[in-house]
Amino acid sequence: MGKDVLEAQTIFKPLRVSQSDMMQKVPLTDVSIGDKIKVEKEGREYTGILMPTHRFSGDRIITLKLDNGYNIGLKVTDEERVVLLEKGGDIERKSVDLPSINEDLPKISILATGGTIASYVDYRTGAVHPAQTEDDMIYSNPELAQRCFPSVEVLFSKLSEDIEPNEWILIADSIIKEFQAGAEGVVVAHGTDTMGYTSAALSFLLDDLPGPVVLVGSQRSSDRPSSDANLNLLAAVEVAKSDISGVYVVMHENLDDNRCSIHMGTKVRKMHTSRRDSFKSVNKEPVGWVDPEERIVKVEGVPCRNKKEPKRIGCINGDVSMIYVHPGMDEGLLLNGSEGVVLVGTGLGHVPTRVISTVKELIDEGVPVVVTSQCLHGTVNCNVYSSGRMLAEVGVIPGKDMLPETALVKLMWALTLDDKVEDIMETNVAGEFSERRW
Amino acid sequence: MVDYQELGLKVGLEIHQQLDTNKLFCSCPSEMVDEIGKELVRFLRPTASELGEVDKAALMEARKGLHFKYQCPQKSSCLVEMDEEPPQGPDPNAMELALKMAMMVNASVVDEVHFMRKIVIDGSNTSGFQRTGLIATDGELVIDGNRIGISPICLEEDAGRKVESKGKEKTYRLDRLGIPLIELATGPDIKTPEEAKHVAQYIGGLLRATRSVKRGIGTIREDVNISIAEGARVEIKGVQELKMLPTYIENEVERQLMLIEKMRSLKDREAKVSGKVYHLTDLFKECSSKIVKSSLKNGKGVYGIKLKGFNGTLRGEEGKALLGPELAAYAKTAGVGGIFHSDELPAYGIESVECEAVVNELDMEGEDAFVLVVDEEKRAKDALEQVKIRAILAMKGVPEETRNAVEDGSTVFLRPISGGARMYPETDIPPYPINPGYLEGLELPETPDEKIKRFKKEYGLNKQQSGQLFRKGYDLLFEDMMKEGIDPSIASNMLLHTYPELSKEGYEPDDLLDEVVKEVLTRVKNGEFAKEGIPKVLGLILEGNSVDESISKAGLEVVDDHEVRNVIKTIIENRKDFVQERGMGAMGPLMGVVMKEFRGKVDGKKLSGILKEEIEKWCS
Ligand SMILES: [Zn+2]
Repeated sequence: MGKDVLEAQTIFKPLRVSQSDMMQKVPLTDVSIGDKIKVEKEGREYTGILMPTHRFSGDRIITLKLDNGYNIGLKVTDEERVVLLEKGGDIERKSVDLPSINEDLPKISILATGGTIASYVDYRTGAVHPAQTEDDMIYSNPELAQRCFPSVEVLFSKLSEDIEPNEWILIADSIIKEFQAGAEGVVVAHGTDTMGYTSAALSFLLDDLPGPVVLVGSQRSSDRPSSDANLNLLAAVEVAKSDISGVYVVMHENLDDNRCSIHMGTKVRKMHTSRRDSFKSVNKEPVGWVDPEERIVKVEGVPCRNKKEPKRIGCINGDVSMIYVHPGMDEGLLLNGSEGVVLVGTGLGHVPTRVISTVKELIDEGVPVVVTSQCLHGTVNCNVYSSGRMLAEVGVIPGKDMLPETALVKLMWALTLDDKVEDIMETNVAGEFSERRW
Repeated sequence: MVDYQELGLKVGLEIHQQLDTNKLFCSCPSEMVDEIGKELVRFLRPTASELGEVDKAALMEARKGLHFKYQCPQKSSCLVEMDEEPPQGPDPNAMELALKMAMMVNASVVDEVHFMRKIVIDGSNTSGFQRTGLIATDGELVIDGNRIGISPICLEEDAGRKVESKGKEKTYRLDRLGIPLIELATGPDIKTPEEAKHVAQYIGGLLRATRSVKRGIGTIREDVNISIAEGARVEIKGVQELKMLPTYIENEVERQLMLIEKMRSLKDREAKVSGKVYHLTDLFKECSSKIVKSSLKNGKGVYGIKLKGFNGTLRGEEGKALLGPELAAYAKTAGVGGIFHSDELPAYGIESVECEAVVNELDMEGEDAFVLVVDEEKRAKDALEQVKIRAILAMKGVPEETRNAVEDGSTVFLRPISGGARMYPETDIPPYPINPGYLEGLELPETPDEKIKRFKKEYGLNKQQSGQLFRKGYDLLFEDMMKEGIDPSIASNMLLHTYPELSKEGYEPDDLLDEVVKEVLTRVKNGEFAKEGIPKVLGLILEGNSVDESISKAGLEVVDDHEVRNVIKTIIENRKDFVQERGMGAMGPLMGVVMKEFRGKVDGKKLSGILKEEIEKWCS
């Protein structure tokens, strides 16, 4: 056996190291990812480039990219001979000429927090990498340079389910900095799972915004030519350039790739696991729409761009829990030591009658309890049925037609302010509830 | 007669067969429907990284700036086809079929199938890629004594069905998207156009033997790779009619020979493609051509280039297509309707005055040619750039390209051949492990050779008949008929003789449903009419009659034995002198008379039996 013939043991030693993306690397002593190798197996030969092993691959399976472009999984045990044919170079991104930046265009800050919207694809491995720099972002979306003078900052790179409430403050403070540095608008690229929570948080935390803050995400991964990432991002930029102020979410209006809806930051919710139009305004129409191709932004009933000095009000107390009410629920769940509780009640905002005494116990201890409805659509009303009246009597704060998630975020915020929590919760701070519905 | 061996013809086939299972990555039925359903409008956008790979094909598609409309019939598409939901794991039945096929062609199955995304941005896939997985490699078959390599064997999803193409909008229906396809590629081992047909027939037979593939037009499609020694690899996509396969190959060889010949004469003449695009609108102000007139009225212009040394290479005598259509096809990729060139002018209302003016303006000499485009400035210039690219390629011989099969046996340019680099892993589908124990447990259908032998033995057919039944794709139907107790020679005679005769008369016997044909032969078996009536009955069915109507219209209602005997007795009685004189020798001549009376209604054998009995009776 020559020097370039490797034992299976060598290839798999040490076997797997976990990594955050789907593809994990097989650490090898003599052979590395990207090398051209030959596997002799049961009298046949397979020649190809060694690729990172798929996380879900079976034991001792290597991934080989054949000359025809296909990847295959081959089991390599001590029976097989693996021959190194040629060392490969590092897997590198092809350099592409980036469009030049025009500083005369409106300056728009893009804050990346993670998610597929702010990522690019390594087409050899299929792995999606988070955008790290301005160039990464423009590399994937060269049209940005024709529409604005983009300034990209990567705040962090997280799946949105991993974003914690204290990070909302970091985002809020960064937005203020960007406006202070002359940005006309700020786009926040965000994972979609918790984008509604973040948009609500920013709506409460930020005050006196001079221009728009636009959260945007992508439902269909950016590693596909059909991704909604580009259209959404360009739409968000158009809204960020427009003459409005406030916090908004901009996402596909329907399954067509032509318009995006502009949602108020406190009234928007992800309503579908995968569709590109999963973001919907609840208990309110979207405040407008944008056609990124024609560069048209139509809005109604929103504040205008102004010369105010943006500032942050309050902070976030993450110690609030949200409890989904259901038949057979354990009232003990309420006594979890949180500093505030949001109940997602049934119907008009109800809980089982047997739970009400526990709610009273909490409120008597000084823990604010807000009730919202799992119907999502419509308002909470504690005056219609007896269980509602009993809740009102023990001092539950009605969440009106607020989304449960918005109520949660608002309570986290209200707990950090000097005013009475109950008063804040009943004040319409950022359009989070409305008096009229139809 | 072209000597393909001498030209170094090499042909490889890629056979795509739709499977009769659910769709590959969702639970929709694999059914084509008339329903349109809701419609979506989408764009596809290759990202910088894909284009970074310098993929000629992707670039050319992207340049067209198209948008796509998708019809989403509820019956056979769901959010997966709309690219609004991640795919589910591959359909286990489709996977099993692909593995069976791999085993039947003696290929090596991989240990894990990794589905890939093959970038396709012509809109036929909503996602912008086709999902495909390599199942096995290194198979081989021996067909007509020649070894044909089969590799790779892949399982992939079919594309959306193109319904309409209008300007910058292409419409697809999603019923076809996601139907599982087995793709089998042969090596470039096929040496003649006829052999290609045999190989395709053989592999088609293997696929049918699984009894789980779709039948009918469009359910099996072949891409053909063709090259000759001095030419280049050209891929012809989407051949649907197997019998046309040799024609496509013959025509492509002819086209490559033409391109090689033109390359030589262009070299001899020191042909050159000049860079300058001339604005010639002023020369056409008085032009009487309708196209030119209306274009100029709409603010368009006439633009042209000179092709030095190209005179007579664009179009031959009697309008024979030479390089002209090749240049036009490239121009069309820029969105123009076509080109005018000097080999075809004056014509189309463009007169010699204008041609001479162009010749002067372009400072042309005897061997030079010109190409004109009438359109908006930018589009016209883009188109002429494409013409230049193609003209330069013409000086180098045959360019590698992908062409679309047209029904008449010709082909049209689609795009430069796509490289192998457009694939990356489908991260939404985990690797699919293939357990060796599972493979060993698969029950494989018999091979064509085994089947042909068995037909000979079991049904008393000769080798030619069994072979033909298989090649023409009737083997399964034939076997079904045998299970119902139909006479083998009646069945094979119908399939191999009656069918071609019906075709000659202009019928389409392959449109007959298997159930209907079986019904007809069962009626014959039950003695409802005689086998001689089959052609007439089938003809009537093909004209739209039911089986009952056809039998009755053919005048083939049952005649009972008693009546037959009576008629025969009368015939003998009427010719008693003749019968007396000849005795049993009258049998032959009388049989003619009897047949005339009963053809198709009563089996011939039976008639002769009764006639014989009656003559014997009469004589004694
Ligand atoms: Zn489906």
